[in-house]
Amino acid sequence: MISLWRDMNRRGQVTVALAFVLLLFAPVAATRYVLSVLTLILYFVYVGQAWNLMMGYAGQLSLGHALYVGLGGYVSAALWVHFGIGPWLGVFPAVGIAAAFGAAIGWLGFRFGIEGVYFALLTIAFAEFTRIGFDHIGFVGGAGGLFIPYEQSRLGEWWNLRGSQLFFYYLAFCLAVLAVLLTALLARSRLGYQWLAIREDETAARALGIDVFWAKMKAVLISSSMTAIGGVFYAFYYNSLFPAQLFDMSRSIELILGPIVGGLGTVFGPVVGAFILTPVGELLISLTEKAGINAPGAKAIFFGLILMTIIYLVPTGVWPWLSQRLGFTRRRS
Amino acid sequence: MSPLLSVVDVGKRFRGLVAVDRVSFTVQPGEIFAVIGPNGAGKTTLFNMIAGVLAPNEGTISFRGERIEGRTPDAVCRLGVARTFQIVRPFPGLSVEDNVMIGALLHRTDMAAARRYAREVLATLDLFDKRDFRASTLTLPDRKRLELARALATDPKLLLLDEVMAGLRPTETDRMVEILRGVNRDMGVTILLIEHVMRAVMALAGHMLVLHHGAPIAKGAPQDVVRDPKVITSYLGQETI
Ligand SMILES: Nc1ncnc2c1ncn2[C@@H]1O[C@H](COP(=O)(O)OP(=O)(O)OP(=O)(O)O)[C@@H](O)[C@H]1O
Ligand SMILES: [Mg+2]
Repeated sequence: MISLWRDMNRRGQVTVALAFVLLLFAPVAATRYVLSVLTLILYFVYVGQAWNLMMGYAGQLSLGHALYVGLGGYVSAALWVHFGIGPWLGVFPAVGIAAAFGAAIGWLGFRFGIEGVYFALLTIAFAEFTRIGFDHIGFVGGAGGLFIPYEQSRLGEWWNLRGSQLFFYYLAFCLAVLAVLLTALLARSRLGYQWLAIREDETAARALGIDVFWAKMKAVLISSSMTAIGGVFYAFYYNSLFPAQLFDMSRSIELILGPIVGGLGTVFGPVVGAFILTPVGELLISLTEKAGINAPGAKAIFFGLILMTIIYLVPTGVWPWLSQRLGFTRRRS
Repeated sequence: MSPLLSVVDVGKRFRGLVAVDRVSFTVQPGEIFAVIGPNGAGKTTLFNMIAGVLAPNEGTISFRGERIEGRTPDAVCRLGVARTFQIVRPFPGLSVEDNVMIGALLHRTDMAAARRYAREVLATLDLFDKRDFRASTLTLPDRKRLELARALATDPKLLLLDEVMAGLRPTETDRMVEILRGVNRDMGVTILLIEHVMRAVMALAGHMLVLHHGAPIAKGAPQDVVRDPKVITSYLGQETI
C-alpha cells in the first residue's frame, strides 16, 4: 500500500487523493439517481477487483464469477429471510460456501491440468449447474426468486443492511476502497509475485520453486471470497434474487469488462474501467429509452461498439495508457 | 567428501526411444562439471530428470544424500537446485528486476531484502542498468543472463545450466565464463553445465561427461576426455582442438 503510494509521483498522488475526496463528499451534491449510478460503479469496482486478482495477477481466466455473487447473495438472503440472521453474521457462511465452490473448481482445474480456455469452460459449467440447481431449490424460492421483504419498521437498521441509498453508497465506497487497498497489498507481496510468475510462464515459475497449485488455489479462494461479499451487498441492495438473473453468464461477463477495459493486472485498472463502462451503460439505457428504440439488444450493440473502440485504441487498458500520458508513475530508481 | 549430486544408473525412454541410457556420475561440492555430446544425445533429458521435470524410468538421483528423482520441479528447486532452460523462458511481461525478484523471494520473506538481493545479482550479471526494461525487450545474450540471474537469485547450491553460451559472440562467451567462475568461486555455487562451446567448457570444467545416443562414452578430466578417440569420432570431429 505504502509502496503503491510511493511509486506514484506528486501528480498521481494528488489525482488519487482528489478522486477519493470527491467520492467521499459526492452525496452532498449528487441526486438520488446519480448516487445510485455511483453506487453501481463502486460495486463493479469491487467485484471487478476481485476478478482482477485472479485473472490480471494470477492469470486464471474465470468466466463464471457470477457464481460467487449468486452464492453470496443467496446464502446471506436466505439466512435473513428464514432465520433472521443478519448479513454481518451471514456474510461468513456466504463467503465460506462460495470459497468452497471456488476450491472445488480450483482443485479440479489445477489438479488435473485444465488450463486456459478449458478452465474458463469449467467455471462457466459450475455457474450454469448452480443456476439450474437454484431453479429447483424451493427453500430459496426456486425459479420464482427470493425476496427480502420491505419492512417499514426495519428501515434504518444499518446493522442489518436495511439502510437508505446513502447508506449503500458508503458501503459500496468502503468495499471499493478496501478492494483497491487489498489489491495493492497483494500485488507487492510474495504471493503477488508468485501469481505474476505463474501468469507469465508456469513452467518457469515451477522451476523457481513456486508451488503453482497452491498459489493458484489461493488466488481462487481469495477471489471467490471477495466476490461473495459483493453478492451479500447485491442481495440486500436489490432485495430480490432470481437464479436466471444472478447466475447468468452475462453477469459474469458484465463483471469482467471493467478490469479488461481499465487494465488487467493493475491496481487502478478496474476502478477506471468501472467508471467508464457503468455510466456508458446507464447513459445508453436512458438514451435508447428516450429515442424510443426498444429493439431488444439495441443497447448491447452500442455498448459492444464502444467496447470495441476502446479496446482497439488502448489494447492494454485505459489505466496504463492514462497513467503514462498524464505522467502518474514514477520511474523507479 | 560426500558428493553433492550423485546420479546412479539413470535411464529414460520416450516410447521406444532410449533418450538416456544408464548414466552414472557424481558432482562434488564446489566443482564445475560439464556434460557434452552431440545434438539429441540426451543432455537436456538428463537435466530434466535432475530438475524434477521428468521422472526417470530407472536409476536414482541423490542431492546431498537425499533421493530426489520423481519429485516436482518446485520441490527440487526449494532443496537448492536451480536450472536455466535451453530455450530461455524469462517472464516476458515483467521488468528485469521483477524477474529476478521472483527468484529472490524463494527463500526471503522480506520484500526489501529480496529487492536488494535481486539488484546485487543483477549487478553481478551486468544487468543492473537494464533492471527497468521489460524482459521481452532484451536481446538474446541479455535474456540468457537474465535466466541465469533469476536462477541464481534462488540461492542454489547446485546450478544446472543448459547451453547458456549458445548464441553468444566470443567476447560475450568470455565474459560469461568469467561470470560463472565468479559465481562458482565467490558465491560457492556448484555448477553442472551442458555446453557445446568447447572453449568455455575447457576453461571452466574440472570434470566432464560425454553422452552419445543417451549413453556415457567418456568421463573424467577435460584434457583426457578430449583426447579420447571415441569422443573425437562421435562428437568433436577434427575441428575443435
Ligand atoms: N518429451 C519428449 N518426448 C519424446 N522424445 C523426446 C522428448 N524429449 C526429448 N526427446 C528425444 O530424446 C532425445 C534426447 O533429447 P535431448 O533434448 O535430451 O537432447 P540434447 O542432448 O539436449 O540435444 P541438444 O544438444 O540438441 O539440446 C532426442 O532424440 C529427442 O528427440
Ligand atoms: Mg538440449
